[in-house]
Amino acid sequence: MSDIKLELDKRKTKLEKKMQNIMAGYYIDAKMARQNNKKVAWITSGGPVEPLLAMDVIAVYPENHGAMIGASKMGVDLCEKAEAMGYSSDLCSYARADIACCTVNGGPIGGLPEPDMLVCCNNICGSVMKWYEVQARHFKVPLFIYDTPVCHTDYTPEMKRYVEAQTREYFQFLEHETGRKMDIDRLKEIGKNSVEGAQLWQETLDTTMSRPSPMTAFDAFFHLALIVTLRGTPQTLEYYRELRDLMKERSQAGIGAVPKETYRLLWDNLPIWHRMKWLSDKFAEHGACLVADTYTSAWCGIKRELNRDDVIASAAEGYTYSYLNLGTDKMAELVLTMVDKYQVDGIVMHSNRSCRPYSFGQYDLQKIVEREKGIPSLMIEADMVDDRSFSESQVATRIEAFIEMLRQRKGA
Amino acid sequence: MKHLEEFRQVVNQSFGYARQLKKDSGKKIVGYVCSYTPEEVILAAGAHPLRILGTKETIHLADSHLQSYCCSLVRGILEEGLSGRVDFLDGMVFPHTCDSVQRLSDIWRMNIPFGFHLDLILPVKLDTLSAQHYMVDVLQKFRTDLGRALQVDITDEALKKAIRTTNAIRQSIRAIYELRSRNPRLMTGTDLYTLVRASMIMDRDRLNILLAETVAELKVKADREKEDTSLKRIILAGGICNHPDIYPMIENAGGAVVWDDFCTGARYFTELIDEGAEPIARIAGRLINRVVCPAKHIDLDGRARHIIRLVKEKNARGVIFLLLKFCDPHAFDYPDIKKSMDEAGIPVMLLEIDDPIPAEGQLKTRFEAFLEML
Ligand code: SF4
Ligand code: SF4
Ligand code: SF4
Repeated sequence: MSDIKLELDKRKTKLEKKMQNIMAGYYIDAKMARQNNKKVAWITSGGPVEPLLAMDVIAVYPENHGAMIGASKMGVDLCEKAEAMGYSSDLCSYARADIACCTVNGGPIGGLPEPDMLVCCNNICGSVMKWYEVQARHFKVPLFIYDTPVCHTDYTPEMKRYVEAQTREYFQFLEHETGRKMDIDRLKEIGKNSVEGAQLWQETLDTTMSRPSPMTAFDAFFHLALIVTLRGTPQTLEYYRELRDLMKERSQAGIGAVPKETYRLLWDNLPIWHRMKWLSDKFAEHGACLVADTYTSAWCGIKRELNRDDVIASAAEGYTYSYLNLGTDKMAELVLTMVDKYQVDGIVMHSNRSCRPYSFGQYDLQKIVEREKGIPSLMIEADMVDDRSFSESQVATRIEAFIEMLRQRKGA
Repeated sequence: MKHLEEFRQVVNQSFGYARQLKKDSGKKIVGYVCSYTPEEVILAAGAHPLRILGTKETIHLADSHLQSYCCSLVRGILEEGLSGRVDFLDGMVFPHTCDSVQRLSDIWRMNIPFGFHLDLILPVKLDTLSAQHYMVDVLQKFRTDLGRALQVDITDEALKKAIRTTNAIRQSIRAIYELRSRNPRLMTGTDLYTLVRASMIMDRDRLNILLAETVAELKVKADREKEDTSLKRIILAGGICNHPDIYPMIENAGGAVVWDDFCTGARYFTELIDEGAEPIARIAGRLINRVVCPAKHIDLDGRARHIIRLVKEKNARGVIFLLLKFCDPHAFDYPDIKKSMDEAGIPVMLLEIDDPIPAEGQLKTRFEAFLEML
């Protein structure tokens, strides 16, 4: 058994290396775009990237960059720079870090390659629109806003007409910016790959249904990068196939991500990028495994609709009917499903000062989960990138108290 | 001012006033949260629109639904709902604006037992044809939804009448702003605030009469009184101003607020509605053409240009930005607007406000320092 574990661990490390290499290659390509006569578009994480790929435009994700800044603990410095520029410290720290980064080309990769165009889809929040307006003024490049009305309760026929019209406008925008025609067949092919990638990603996440779970949400946060940045490419499919198979083998061999898995938890909201390792160790120490999360699974749901033959209609609906663009009660329903599916004992909620659409409603979500499933939750106040107000000792105490409560419940 | 006392009473007792109005007139009362709500549709349904603007009470109930990093406006509105102080409302309308209001709508729908709940999911961008079509579509839907909730048929005729009413109200408030801009001594900033605030609460027909009479009264007064050229003319900018206390502070420091860029102020009356056929399309037209709020997109520098134009037009010497803490749309716009102001040589002061606002002494010093610099 330990031989298998050794071998699988090795493969896991190798895959992680591979991911780092793919991402490094991707950023090098993006930075070389000018030399290679390619255009660069900055796009929001939930935005329609497939049309960009179909037009050979390199898609760059400031939010992924923000996550890297957070993980490399360069967030505070950049956030402070943004504040010196006049941006309030209450604004989304991805936005603050990115806005400051552009003026100094700082951060872990020396800044993002300059955009030729900006594509902003507001299906995650309204902050991205304000942020992209700032960048459109800064770089003096065209901004396309893909406006996805909030589905508090429904995706209505009025919305459908509006978003479908915008999908066509988006194609025209790209045709204008690149001087070439949209190749619908190619787009369909990429769309198919996106769907398959999302499917593989879902299958990977689903391996955590087994006990012990072969991976944790912290692994998922790490492996997510490709589905965000390079979905729709064959390379991504290959990577996730490997990852899924590896996790399947681990689960078949009964190898858990956490030694002596005792508690299975669900994570809500964005990761706390600057404390990934610390938090992962903290939970593992107590035999607590974060088996699922609402954040990385958001990339599974969106794509379900992209499968249909009518590219425009399916893209419109898929991008509009996405997790953060739903009503709080709809989000809660999805969480309840996950609680059952992954057999969760408790929820860890990151109350994220940076992200209002994700965080407001969490108190209600907490009550709903307690009422419907009788499981407790822990609320951690933090920020995904800016760690100025993060207190390790305070959070550690709260985690310990929460585990203690879970222990007593299990005992009863 | 003859009608000031009535306006004051309405503002001080807004909920008591609305309850009484409901009792006396039998009208349904429909609450709403943002100036992108088309009051005309509510009026045309024979109902009474009431804008809910934060709370003066201490917040304790909303704290168990919203984290501390939420703007006081949203927390205050939720508090009014949870406390039952607005349980006379027959319904509530939530237009889509910022992320905080988006979640407020959900939390309200999930927790407040009284009244109907309507989302009005407006476009966020306003500069394309498809967005403009969607604006019309979604207002039509609102008309149907509201009609169903109130069990009335909202006719074109009723809409046209409502448009005439709000146009008249907007024209009167604008006339008062203009008279006062020429001679700020005509009425204090606090009184102007009271009047504008009352216009979001009061029965609109009554309001219309009182405003017209106030315009006439002020015109007479304006002819008699000499203009005071010693005052330092200031423009206030930001989202919502619900802090009448700051006007006397500015005035005591030798300043006069001669215009504003608030949605609870000049942004409310800047654009009239065409009184022609297809009233819904005309209402949509106003929402697209009015001075934009930063939660919406129409261009990249329109707000900066608008404020600079106001400064020139109103012959102002500086701009004070009042930004509500935790208000993302405004906070994102501020640094670039400030840059444009600097380039145009317009002095700017930024005041970040939370509820309650900072101690008077502290604010006074800041206003004095700014005004002295002008
Ligand atoms: S973290 Fe939240 S506020 Fe920031 S870009 Fe993402 S969704 Fe928007
Ligand atoms: S500032 Fe804008 S979003 Fe806020 S209430 Fe006013 S118009 Fe609405
Ligand atoms: S626009 Fe600003 S002040 Fe208005 S509700 Fe939203 S966050 Fe609050």
